[in-house]
Amino acid sequence: MVRGTVAIETDRCKGCELCTKVCPQDILHMSRAAFNARGYRPVELVDPEGKCTGCALCALMCPDVVLTIYRYDSRKVLA
Amino acid sequence: MAKELWEGNQAIAEAAVRAGVEAFFGYPITPQTELLEYMSKRMPELGRTFLQAESEVASINMVYGAACGGARAMSSSSSPGISLMQEGLSYIAASEVPAVLVDIMRGGPGLGNIQPSQSDYFQMTRSAGHGDFHPIVLAPATIQEAVDLVYESFPLAEKYRTIVIIAGDGSLGQMMEPAEMPPMRPLLTEEERGDFAVRGKKGREKRIITSLFLKEPELEALNHRLQAKLQTIREAEQRWETYQMEDAEYLLVAYGSVARTCKTVIRDAQGEGLRAGLFRPISLWPFPYEHLAKAAEGKRAILTVEMSAGQMLEDVQIAVRGSLPVEFYGRMGGVMPLPDEVLEALRGVAFTHRPLQTGVESRYW
Amino acid sequence: MTDENRLTPAEIMEHGQVVYQRPDALSETLTHYCPGCTHGIIHRLIGEAIDELGLKEKTIMVAPVGCSVLMYYYFDVDAVEAAHGRAPAMATGLKRTQPDKIVFTYQGDGDLASIGTAEIMHAANRGENITVFFVNNAVYGMTSGQMAPTSLIGQVTTSSPMGRETKLHGYPMRMAEIIAGLPGTSYVVRRSVYDPKTIRQAKKAVVTALKAQMAGLGLGLIEFLSSCPTNWHMSPPDALTWIRDNMVPYFPLGDFKVSDEVKALG
Repeated sequence: MVRGTVAIETDRCKGCELCTKVCPQDILHMSRAAFNARGYRPVELVDPEGKCTGCALCALMCPDVVLTIYRYDSRKVLA
Repeated sequence: MAKELWEGNQAIAEAAVRAGVEAFFGYPITPQTELLEYMSKRMPELGRTFLQAESEVASINMVYGAACGGARAMSSSSSPGISLMQEGLSYIAASEVPAVLVDIMRGGPGLGNIQPSQSDYFQMTRSAGHGDFHPIVLAPATIQEAVDLVYESFPLAEKYRTIVIIAGDGSLGQMMEPAEMPPMRPLLTEEERGDFAVRGKKGREKRIITSLFLKEPELEALNHRLQAKLQTIREAEQRWETYQMEDAEYLLVAYGSVARTCKTVIRDAQGEGLRAGLFRPISLWPFPYEHLAKAAEGKRAILTVEMSAGQMLEDVQIAVRGSLPVEFYGRMGGVMPLPDEVLEALRGVAFTHRPLQTGVESRYW
Repeated sequence: MTDENRLTPAEIMEHGQVVYQRPDALSETLTHYCPGCTHGIIHRLIGEAIDELGLKEKTIMVAPVGCSVLMYYYFDVDAVEAAHGRAPAMATGLKRTQPDKIVFTYQGDGDLASIGTAEIMHAANRGENITVFFVNNAVYGMTSGQMAPTSLIGQVTTSSPMGRETKLHGYPMRMAEIIAGLPGTSYVVRRSVYDPKTIRQAKKAVVTALKAQMAGLGLGLIEFLSSCPTNWHMSPPDALTWIRDNMVPYFPLGDFKVSDEVKALG
């Protein structure tokens, strides 16, 4: 079982939305309420069901290195 | 080492080699092409870098790149090619990396001709590129002097992290004279390279060499630094020569090949009882203003002689501040003035500024 | 630890592994590029490749004039700033006097295909052992949107307000094809970064190009079809789609020169 999560450096985000378009789980969304320190609407991880697999497609798209991707692979832990 | 017969351009090239130049990037242009050709054989012989670039624009940027890496690099060109290099010279000056450039002037403006000229004095001394700076400009009058100045130019450029231009003209480049070469200097070691040099950030923080300072206070600060450096150079690097100054009534001011002509004129004039001396600036920048003013004291008039419409003339005028008349004789378009025409001009100056006569009897007409 | 199916993000971070983070060769400085600008993606790929190949301490970067004029703040390598278009000449001066270092230029379409055409042609022709990253976004970004040599026919820009016309402005230049025709080159390809697949392919090309330089095989050039959301007047996602739908048909992705030695690198 593979579980992932995304650490977001909120103040680096420029609100370009590219990550939100490639996430296969559709769990990245631009904040509708908050602004970051630069005045952009940053991306937020909304993953209540733990669907993130740490595929890192979002980090692949991000031009500003906003996203650090973690992956927990139970097979690796048990091995 | 004994004296050998050298062509000017080739002597300058060999002197640079002896001085420890590591990279030469250039482009053919008359009347300095022999310098490039000499380097094309000599540099590979010694395992050093030579490249004929695609243009003078590329040449100066290759010099810039190599110099950023701490290498001793140079180029050479002539008037139209120097114009192409102006952008690169400005960048080099602002980045404060050392570089040496040889300018063998030819007739201009425009494509002009390939004969000797001194009509790029303003271009070299005022800044050689856009922005507030001055390269050091050294003007030899003999091939030996060119050799000596070139040998010194690299340490000089590195001392101040600035550009040194060796200002010659087509006749100096093409003539042949005996000269003695200095000993071969060892190449720079890794430790001797400047601490600005970009050579890969091993064991240290990264270095950036740029001439871009978007924030006004930063660019103003850079300019203050450059101006302070120029002031230091002004105080330490003025060079000049005087000739036959004892009892001189008139002062010739000339540099480079024209100064040689003026020495002949001075000797010829003596035969006519006309006493003139020569002040020969060797550093065109920093110009030896005070020393010229001192030499001009007590003289009746100055005759500035140049192969131009009068460019160093303005520095002469600045130096003496109207304290005595400054006259000019020049030839343009690649024409070299001959001693007899300069002597004619000197006679004219002597007549115009002759001593007032007293005790003259009235004469019958 | 709670039920494996219900790991919290904090637990994943603690017990899992980092599978993606900022490359060491990139500095922490946040870039000044517009939101969604593909410079950021390409910078990242180059940073990753420098890390993977262990080149940080021997790399010298030559920055251009254009939007990426300040790129030396975004990388942690020695760098110099070139005059507009002259980066290949500066790189030549650096590489020829320091052949053991890795030297690369990074140039936009104005820098490389307009004012710098002579310098890139001759560096390629001489087979200078450098790497050239050519960022083609069909417009002049830094100066606010003028026509570039690579602007498409009919493209409206601030200096071609009626759209590019071949009779007035000539045709868009396909630089990868032109440079690939010069024998001194070893690896000349065109890639893009408009979706994960193309980004991965671009990354592979960056690694190959740097490996080719490490092996001394001649000039390597990668043309990246890139976006300029601001001067194309589009959102970043739409700009990426525009690359795919409008630029790729004219500037085909692919390999235009891969020498046998480069192929052998694997």
